[in-house]
Amino acid sequence: MTNIMKKQKYERPIINRINAGVSNKFGTQTKINIISEIDGLAVKDLLKDYDSPLYVISEREIRETYNKAKQAFSTRYPKVQFAWSYKTNYLDAVCRLYHKLGSWAEVVSGFEYDKAIDNGVPGSNIIFNGPDKSEEDLTKAIKNGSLIHVDHFDELYLIMKLADKIEETPKLAIRVNMDTGIYPQWDRFGFNYENGEAWNALNRIMLNEKVDLVGLHTHIGTYIMTPNAYGVAAYKLAELAVRVDKKYGHKVKYIDMGGGFASKNTLKGAYLPGTDTCPSFDDYAEAITNALINSEIDPDNLPTLFLETGRALIDDAGYLLGTVLANKRLADGRRSTIIDIGINMLFTSFWYEHNIVPAQETTHHTEDTTIYGPLCMNIDVIRAAIQFPLLNKKDHVVISRIGAYNMTQWLQFITLRPNVVIIDMDKNVHIIRENETKKNFDQLEKVPEYLK
Amino acid sequence: MNIKKDIAISDSGFVFDPTTGESFSLNPLGVKILTLLKDGDDQKEISDFVLQQYEVDSDTFENNYYDFLNMLKQFNLTEPQA
Repeated sequence: MTNIMKKQKYERPIINRINAGVSNKFGTQTKINIISEIDGLAVKDLLKDYDSPLYVISEREIRETYNKAKQAFSTRYPKVQFAWSYKTNYLDAVCRLYHKLGSWAEVVSGFEYDKAIDNGVPGSNIIFNGPDKSEEDLTKAIKNGSLIHVDHFDELYLIMKLADKIEETPKLAIRVNMDTGIYPQWDRFGFNYENGEAWNALNRIMLNEKVDLVGLHTHIGTYIMTPNAYGVAAYKLAELAVRVDKKYGHKVKYIDMGGGFASKNTLKGAYLPGTDTCPSFDDYAEAITNALINSEIDPDNLPTLFLETGRALIDDAGYLLGTVLANKRLADGRRSTIIDIGINMLFTSFWYEHNIVPAQETTHHTEDTTIYGPLCMNIDVIRAAIQFPLLNKKDHVVISRIGAYNMTQWLQFITLRPNVVIIDMDKNVHIIRENETKKNFDQLEKVPEYLK
Repeated sequence: MNIKKDIAISDSGFVFDPTTGESFSLNPLGVKILTLLKDGDDQKEISDFVLQQYEVDSDTFENNYYDFLNMLKQFNLTEPQA
């Protein structure tokens, strides 16, 4: 007769020292969160079908976040236009989704500019930022009627020179950097407000008949947790707009507040989690729109408010799924868990304490753990210190809030980049970027004859 | 490996070492194995018991078992080797 006694679920034996009353850098944890499904689809099935590791983007999450942001601003200000920040995530499917939702494109290189055109964005709906715009890029942008945000005087003079040769009038805005009361103050991009450079650039543009000043732009920094800084910035741009109007009778069509809104990720060294400390879209919207509405700008000619929000729109929509490769014990007794997600796929792990959780049920027992990636490099650390449940080889993990920057700043380093899929509103899964193969790289390399 | 004879093990997963004053918490299988070790069971007896009772293969358990023994040593819960 077969023995049909059901065996108990196995969890490996562990022992932890109790340090009553003393907190440690691993923090305390009372509840183990798990993410076993994304938009109703099982993580284990996604990994089975598309291999591990795997980037997953949720269309539902993108739409929900976009609608929240749009509502926050459009209920407070009559004319609002979002422009999708290509550098945050320029996978074509992602860009097209934002364009479908109504976003224009905000690009910072000729490469990104061409991507936006290929994604069907009319040239007049492209904002061209950044310090590196070639003569060829600028010519294209001028001819297409794109909004060129001038970064420095060398660029301004080049545009003026091109304006002599090209029939179309370049549509210009200047990028303005300023003191908004936050540290660090970004001053490497654009023209400074306080020292009068921005005003000087505006005068030079206004005195040149071959270019058209259409807007004013700022981008005060990144991961800004103080909404009031945006209020200060909006006030200063409004003041410039009013000065231009007073002196030249010219009204700018838009004020672009750039990006930099924080997502809910937790910065390294932060005392409290980002979910508790980051401002909401409403907080940012309140600060910016109050400053514009309360400024001296003619209320009958309010400029359109442009927003180039990237991180805060897409971070929550991205997940990175992976698998435990091994567990080890470090010299001081800490456990190390090695997963197949390295820093080459998770660039943001350099500045975030990413939320990493199991994809399957675990008990409440945890150990002080360091989570390493698979690279043979000492810096490949996903979480240096975390109270983590007892996962075994082949168990799955999910890292959430990775939609911003990881699919653009990723590195082909030691391993190849994996598949990226999107889950649509009907829960269908589509590959939007195929996993790389060695062949992809072989195509670009050339071996000189003498080394063959 | 000999476990210190005077450590107190509670069923709920706490261990107290009176010689150092330190306390430890264990998960259920940790308590079970520590108790078996304290009772003098050897590796084969413990392994047979676990493989019979739990959903685990012998390689995985052996790996986890030695890791657990190392932690007991690290926390000074074992008698010094003769």
